[in-house]
Amino acid sequence: MSKDSTRERPWLMRTYSGHSSARASNALYRTNLGKGQTGLSVAFDLPTQTGYDSDHPLARGEVGKVGVPIDHIGDMELLFDQIPLDQMNTSMTINATAPWLLALYVAVAEKQGVDPATLQGTTQNDVIKEYLSRGTYIFPPEPSVRLTTDLISYTVANIPRWNPTNICSYHLQEAGATPTQELAYALCTATAILDAVQASGQIAPERFQDVVARISFFVNAGIRFVEETCKMRAFTRMWDEIAQQRYGVEDPKARRFRYGVQVNSLGLTEAQPENNVQRIVLEMLAVTLSRDARARAIQLPAWNEALGLPRPWDQQWALRMQQVLALETDLLEYDDLFEGSTVIEAKVQELIAGARAEMARVAEQGGMVQCVDNGYVKRELVQSHTRRMRDIESGALKIVGVNCFEKTAESPLTAGGDSGIMKVDERAEREQIESLLAFRQQRDSQRVAAALDALRHAAVNGDNVMPASIECARAGVTTGEWSEVLRGVFGEYRAPTGVDISTASGGDEDAMAAVRARVLATSAELGRPLRLLIGKPGLDGHSNGAEQIAVKGRDAGFEVVYEGIRLTPAHIARAAQEEGVHLIGLSVLSGSHLELVEDIQQEMRKLNADDVPLVIGGIIPSDDAQQLQERGVKAVFTPKDVDMNQIMHRMVDIIRQSHGLPATAA
Amino acid sequence: MTPGVTADLQALAEGVRAGQRPAVAAALNLLDDQRAVSRTQATALMTQLLPHYSVSTAQMIGITGPPGAGKSSLTAALISHWLEHKQRVGVIAVDPSSPVSGGALLGDRLRMTSEVDNQHVFIRSLSNRGQFGGLSQEVWPMSLVMLCCFDIVIVETVGVGQREVDIASSCDTTCFVAQPGSGDSIQFLKAGILEVPHVVVVNKEDMGAVATRTLAELSGVLNPNHPDGGWTVPVLATSATRRSGIAPLGNTLAAHHQHLLATQRLQVRRREHQARWLLRCIEDEYGKKGVLQLGGAPAFIKEFSAHSANPLEQYSACLQRLSITH
Repeated sequence: MSKDSTRERPWLMRTYSGHSSARASNALYRTNLGKGQTGLSVAFDLPTQTGYDSDHPLARGEVGKVGVPIDHIGDMELLFDQIPLDQMNTSMTINATAPWLLALYVAVAEKQGVDPATLQGTTQNDVIKEYLSRGTYIFPPEPSVRLTTDLISYTVANIPRWNPTNICSYHLQEAGATPTQELAYALCTATAILDAVQASGQIAPERFQDVVARISFFVNAGIRFVEETCKMRAFTRMWDEIAQQRYGVEDPKARRFRYGVQVNSLGLTEAQPENNVQRIVLEMLAVTLSRDARARAIQLPAWNEALGLPRPWDQQWALRMQQVLALETDLLEYDDLFEGSTVIEAKVQELIAGARAEMARVAEQGGMVQCVDNGYVKRELVQSHTRRMRDIESGALKIVGVNCFEKTAESPLTAGGDSGIMKVDERAEREQIESLLAFRQQRDSQRVAAALDALRHAAVNGDNVMPASIECARAGVTTGEWSEVLRGVFGEYRAPTGVDISTASGGDEDAMAAVRARVLATSAELGRPLRLLIGKPGLDGHSNGAEQIAVKGRDAGFEVVYEGIRLTPAHIARAAQEEGVHLIGLSVLSGSHLELVEDIQQEMRKLNADDVPLVIGGIIPSDDAQQLQERGVKAVFTPKDVDMNQIMHRMVDIIRQSHGLPATAA
Repeated sequence: MTPGVTADLQALAEGVRAGQRPAVAAALNLLDDQRAVSRTQATALMTQLLPHYSVSTAQMIGITGPPGAGKSSLTAALISHWLEHKQRVGVIAVDPSSPVSGGALLGDRLRMTSEVDNQHVFIRSLSNRGQFGGLSQEVWPMSLVMLCCFDIVIVETVGVGQREVDIASSCDTTCFVAQPGSGDSIQFLKAGILEVPHVVVVNKEDMGAVATRTLAELSGVLNPNHPDGGWTVPVLATSATRRSGIAPLGNTLAAHHQHLLATQRLQVRRREHQARWLLRCIEDEYGKKGVLQLGGAPAFIKEFSAHSANPLEQYSACLQRLSITH
């Protein structure tokens, strides 16, 4: 007990959560806070993240799935019901619509009688990585950066303890980034944003240090936890240097690399999912062991994330991991454990050198925004991820339970009636839409129209959009309306897919040659090259799977039509017909697979094109998989299917079958 | 050929004429199909459609230029423009294929999303196939099919090689899209890889000074008097993303079409282009020797552009004369 006086204060402990409705999420938050969670981390559903109201056709099947739906101030009020905002530290994973969600948060604070200037929390507000990984962007890069800088400028002046942006390397790792790439691209993004704030002239030069000090980061930690520790030390050192040299920040405290963490989801497996627990704990060590580079806030995924949505108990287990490390172990009693270690220092230097070289390549091309628009960074990430997939395929990269030690006893964890995951209440979407319709009826439509006009005016004239957005929030504007005004001013954007990389070698060459031979033979039998449409319907922007299948398909000899994320069922059906494809492969990770497949099949029937076979990949619980197959889907691939050559073979099989060809090529 | 097949083909041809999407898709699939029985059917289909495409006054526009110039975005912007003018648009987008696998990634539709969700637009992507029928031999007959049911047919190619450029040059109107600040575009034109385009566009004018400089450089390099005669080559600036300069470009393209119609050169050019397409097909498969056997290039072009004909039938005729059984 005597050590207690010298113990470091533990980091903020959060759980990324939100689902179904504001009411249900509020109940969950209050339960979690009661369990010792010390901050909130709000997950919004995809319509909220991409600026659509719950009753928009694109929102179908997505409402309340991956997070909470927030259509207007009424939802936001309900979300924080009985949670005093002046005592809360709230992190919001929100990007394209970040100014809007912050505006709603401010308006709710006002209603609670809380001075907005005292609010504490974080808006993720990093759209650049959305173009590269998560996919919830709306506008082209230039206006997106402008919205980001508006939010930063506003909070630095008016909500001084707010973290206006969380520059994310997290999602870059999920998209395949190596530690070097993570360092380089996150730091390039940070400087691109800071440069833009500087150029906007909204902040007086003498106050710019405050802006730099408010920049925080959101980082990933993978299973190679020693290297990840070094990565964190490299980040800390490089940021200190950038803040001092590029922005002239004198105060060392203002140059601190402040970061939050969600550990790696990419490496969590569907096979033997209990192994994810030890993966998560080891990954947590990477961001806590080194005192000089320790995370300020941590949220851990649940062990069953690759299976579906975690239940409250699963999230509690993740929170307990943090509590055991922080409160039971002696970790927080020591200074930095790695000070003086030459082994660690050598690795840190290696990472810094690699990151600097990559940063120079980005700078040569005009900076991060340009490298997003010209597709450079996305291609590099797809390339890295392809390499990773090939290494898993060949066994060079071992994943226990996946490509080695696959034999397992039956798990009691997934044996229960719910298969070990949470089901979102199917009525949630309908109820949300009903409440939205009622809300629209009762508001002052003149005040709404005036507030939207003022927003448009600010957007066109280059005024900071925050004050107008806050008035929109108070007036009862909806998420879709706010976004629609800005869509009208800024236009919409589609980011490069990055799949046009050169053929990646590696992996099992013989297996690949066998697939290629079958594709070629079947093409000859059918008279033309096999064509495959990879479609990402709905609002989900997690495109790793679709990209990897597209690249693999191309390498296997398919002609692959891939148009990127967020396509409507009607668009996919139409494209399949126009392009004369032999097979449609869908990728859905948001949980809306049942609705989306139903819609696509309906569209195909309308076009008289329902003879084209359909397969799907994604995080799809086995009950749903069975249902999909009963409805005519020819194959369902899940994270368990890591052998992409096998997936290609299955696709050839299905095409052969649908054309009445014998199972093996002649 | 069985009577049943004929009836089917007639229905297919009528469907194409009526612009029915399933029929257009099926016709393009058939033209793509290399099996002998399908080739016969495809030839019959082209005969059915001959009375339509041989007199079609729809406009065929080739859009080419180096990668990164923003051709797809520009095409998308033009499609919007044409849709506003109630015109139906067919697009054939040619993408490169992988030399190793023969596979291809056809992402050209990427930036066209909001436009393609319109029943008056139809897009088919094709790869530059290494292993199947040479370098997209299908483009020409496919564009003829599209002439039967669309007001405007776009053939968009990534101008990385002679053949892609040839394909774009086979259109009534050729539009070259240059990338600001890239010397490639100038070299491209200087080297004469491209038959002189009818319209030159510097896209991404929002890049400012760089775009202005490229515009000036291109204007300097180009001979404004097109060798076709009677046409001055305009150099235009556009920004596909900001939708600026699109209407003037659309009007200029329309003006060239009017010019061809007024001088009664549209059908003449198409017959010539068809003869050249035929020549490329023969060259690809039987080399220079094959061409010589058929009388040499100049005579070949003259002979096969004498009157309008079904291109696949002409091809079969060539093969017969080369005494190669099909």
